[in-house]
Amino acid sequence: MGAIRLENVKKTFGNIDVIPGVNLEINDGEFVVFVGPSGCGKSTLLRLIAGLEDVTDGKIMINGVDMANESPAKRGLSMVFQSYALYPHMTVYNNIAFGLKMAGETKAVIDEKVRNAAKILNLTDYLERRPGALSGGQRQRVAIGRAIVRNPAAFLFDEPLSNLDAALRVNMRLEITGLHQELKTTMIYVTHDQVEAMTMADKIVVLQAGRVEQVGKPMDLYAKPANKFVAGFIGSPKMNFIEGDYARARDCACVGVRPEHLLLSTEQGDIAATVKIAEHLGAETYLHVNADNIGPMTVRATGEVPLSGNDRIWLTPDPERIHRFDKNDKAISN
Amino acid sequence: MSTRASTLAGRVMSAPSIIALFLWMIVPLGMTIYFSFLRYNLLTPGMEEWIGFVNYKFFLTDHAFFASLANTLVLVGSVLVITVIGGILLGLMLDQPIFGRGILRILVISPFFIMPTVNALVWKNLLMNPVSGFFAWISTSLGFQPIDWFTNAPLTAIIIMVAWQWLPFATLILLTALQSLDRDQKEAAQMDGAGPISIFFYITLPHLSRAITVVILIETIFLLSVFAEIFVTTGGGPGLSTTNIAFLVYTQALLQYDVGGASAGGIVAVILANIVAIFLVRLIGKNLDA
Repeated sequence: MGAIRLENVKKTFGNIDVIPGVNLEINDGEFVVFVGPSGCGKSTLLRLIAGLEDVTDGKIMINGVDMANESPAKRGLSMVFQSYALYPHMTVYNNIAFGLKMAGETKAVIDEKVRNAAKILNLTDYLERRPGALSGGQRQRVAIGRAIVRNPAAFLFDEPLSNLDAALRVNMRLEITGLHQELKTTMIYVTHDQVEAMTMADKIVVLQAGRVEQVGKPMDLYAKPANKFVAGFIGSPKMNFIEGDYARARDCACVGVRPEHLLLSTEQGDIAATVKIAEHLGAETYLHVNADNIGPMTVRATGEVPLSGNDRIWLTPDPERIHRFDKNDKAISN
Repeated sequence: MSTRASTLAGRVMSAPSIIALFLWMIVPLGMTIYFSFLRYNLLTPGMEEWIGFVNYKFFLTDHAFFASLANTLVLVGSVLVITVIGGILLGLMLDQPIFGRGILRILVISPFFIMPTVNALVWKNLLMNPVSGFFAWISTSLGFQPIDWFTNAPLTAIIIMVAWQWLPFATLILLTALQSLDRDQKEAAQMDGAGPISIFFYITLPHLSRAITVVILIETIFLLSVFAEIFVTTGGGPGLSTTNIAFLVYTQALLQYDVGGASAGGIVAVILANIVAIFLVRLIGKNLDA
């Protein structure tokens, strides 16, 4: 069981409002991702939930009980740190067992739980090693193992994959998602990488400057961003924003079109452009173009497109999938 | 150092300093060993002759040797215990964000900058003097008899002085070690439900083990040869109660003019220091392996 509700949670450092007041509902068993640019307060919010920082004001309800002033251990949460924070002088076994030992479990219970966690995470062969003798991915698994054995109400992940190389990151992403499906425990995951957010989350919370910009399912955020910030943050390559006459003709301050929603033609279309750089990835091609009267834009075309620098092309936005924003950057519903 | 030529060049370049250091060590050692086998007393010049192990026999069967050996071990052991425990506690305190931390740190470090002779004089005349000393004043103003430190508790007095001198060193090393402790580890332990005491014993102390090893090894080397504090205050007495090996060698050589006997004592001290060093390295040196 792990339902968490944040009620008007505030955090100030000195006279700086890091988190001016967040309300958020996290249901039991949900995989929630906090995503935002660095310095947006997402890690602080996670640390507030964990109890590693004191809240300035507000309530943190865990399973219906306000835990805002309880010590971290009492909240029944466990955390996986960006640096893994393994205890370097303890074996993997003792690392995983430490929380249980502190909770005063008997040796037999500890042994059973540790071996069980090790089996889930493929760590059985490494139990007697020290963290120093493990690879990055294995350390990551030990950190997760340490979190699992305590049978927490929720797991908190603080950018757990950012110290891994790209290939391993994709692997661990799948493993964590698999783990969530197996354990069905609430997970809160902090990342600055929108790809991780999109692929793993049941619910994404987009943060900027300590404010929640939008909460929703990944595809809802992709299809219906509430404002220009979310529109630009979710999706890769980034959404193109077109201002000026083109936007005025459509009754808004700014039009947003995702690179994958631009129809490409070498003969005719809405917007004329010159190709600057073409990135050929095989399955798809990214064209960085300079559109006449508009400026730089990005186009994503499926498959191999025989274009290169200085070619003239024409782009037509898919009229069903353009996003319009008013002068306050809010989305205007179509 | 990848090619054979560069390896050779490296050896040639470093050879002069290595040779100089080797001579620096081996010439005095060789001469001391040579003197230790001679009858060589400055009161009877010209009478030097080879007498084999007689000097060693005299030195090692002298009851003063065993008394000073015991004093040396008590002195080294006590100072190590006080400085390591005190150093950890002071280090923990100075690692906290307390008011005036910068000034406090300087104050704590400052005894290390005071030379041993001055340190001993200050303690002898200003603090521990039974008539005009600060401690005597505290005792009398509380209605107690003042303690005559250098008569009634001479070795304790020396231990206090030397510990005071070496506490900053231990604090400094342990404080830097504490500062290198990853904050995440403490937070992870907190999440795991460990209280401050458990965090200290399970996380902080193991993290400090290497620094503690360094403190013990380095301090032992210097504490085996404590001399100035004893020379300035008690002069090894009363009786032999504060004579350590270093001071015993000094009394042999310069009070009895017995160069041969003092040399033998010096060699014994070197051997003892090596025994202690091997013992220590065996016992705790494994902490230094990563």
